[in-house]
Amino acid sequence: MSQNTPDKDDQSSTNKKAISLPISRVRLIMKSSPDVSCINQDALFLTTKATELFVQHLAVASFNNGPGKETNSLCYTDLANAAEETETFHFLTDILPKKIFARDYLQSLEQMQENDNDDDPDF
Amino acid sequence: MAERPEDLNLPNAVITRIIKEALPDGVNVSKEARRAISQAASVFVLYATSCANNFAMKAKRKTLNAADVLAAMEEMEFERFLEPLREALEVYKKGQKGKKEVSEQKRKDKEKKTDSENDKSREEEEEEEEEEERMEEEPEAENDGEEEEVEN
Repeated sequence: MSQNTPDKDDQSSTNKKAISLPISRVRLIMKSSPDVSCINQDALFLTTKATELFVQHLAVASFNNGPGKETNSLCYTDLANAAEETETFHFLTDILPKKIFARDYLQSLEQMQENDNDDDPDF
Repeated sequence: MAERPEDLNLPNAVITRIIKEALPDGVNVSKEARRAISQAASVFVLYATSCANNFAMKAKRKTLNAADVLAAMEEMEFERFLEPLREALEVYKKGQKGKKEVSEQKRKDKEKKTDSENDKSREEEEEEEEEEERMEEEPEAENDGEEEEVEN
């Protein structure tokens, strides 16, 4: 198995690893948050582990929520739907927006402009 | 320190593996979905960190600790994570303790080794000195032999 992230924690067996995600990368993301000065080693471990659990949870919830069971697939729309419909995933709605057709977007844009024109009598 | 955008992403290979292991066998996960989950995971880290940091600041601490992270999970309504997280932390702590003991033992063994090596090297030096003395005697004996033959 190639090791492309040497900072990963090495556990004895490959099947029962405590964590797979690289702790150093998680630390980098945490440090980018404002007002965060020091992070305890245990806190770092927990955050990494929690992220793994989150990835599993998001994948499974999106899959079960969507038509994936028939199609045996997971696609972006399933995730966007899960973000909107499940409360615990609401914080993801900004980065998992629902996709709309370009023509629908342009239509709604035109409508918005018409509304602005109606409001402004001078225009 | 300049942060490139890719540095705040988690490695795709590992994310893909976690997804595959969580879903039933043979489910096809689109590239777009994988990328989206990876980005969602990064956002999750930021959200959890910010939340945990609030708890630390409330307690007037500058260092984020394990309790802060667990409290953040509850705040974010991910109580389902609490039990597996606590278990994993116990195993991790034991592992850390074990590693510490192993490295301490290694250090002790090293100290013992260097002590015994010092004794050994002293013995070797004494042996070498004896050998040098013996070697000096031999060439003299040979020279005497040759001179005799030449004369005859």
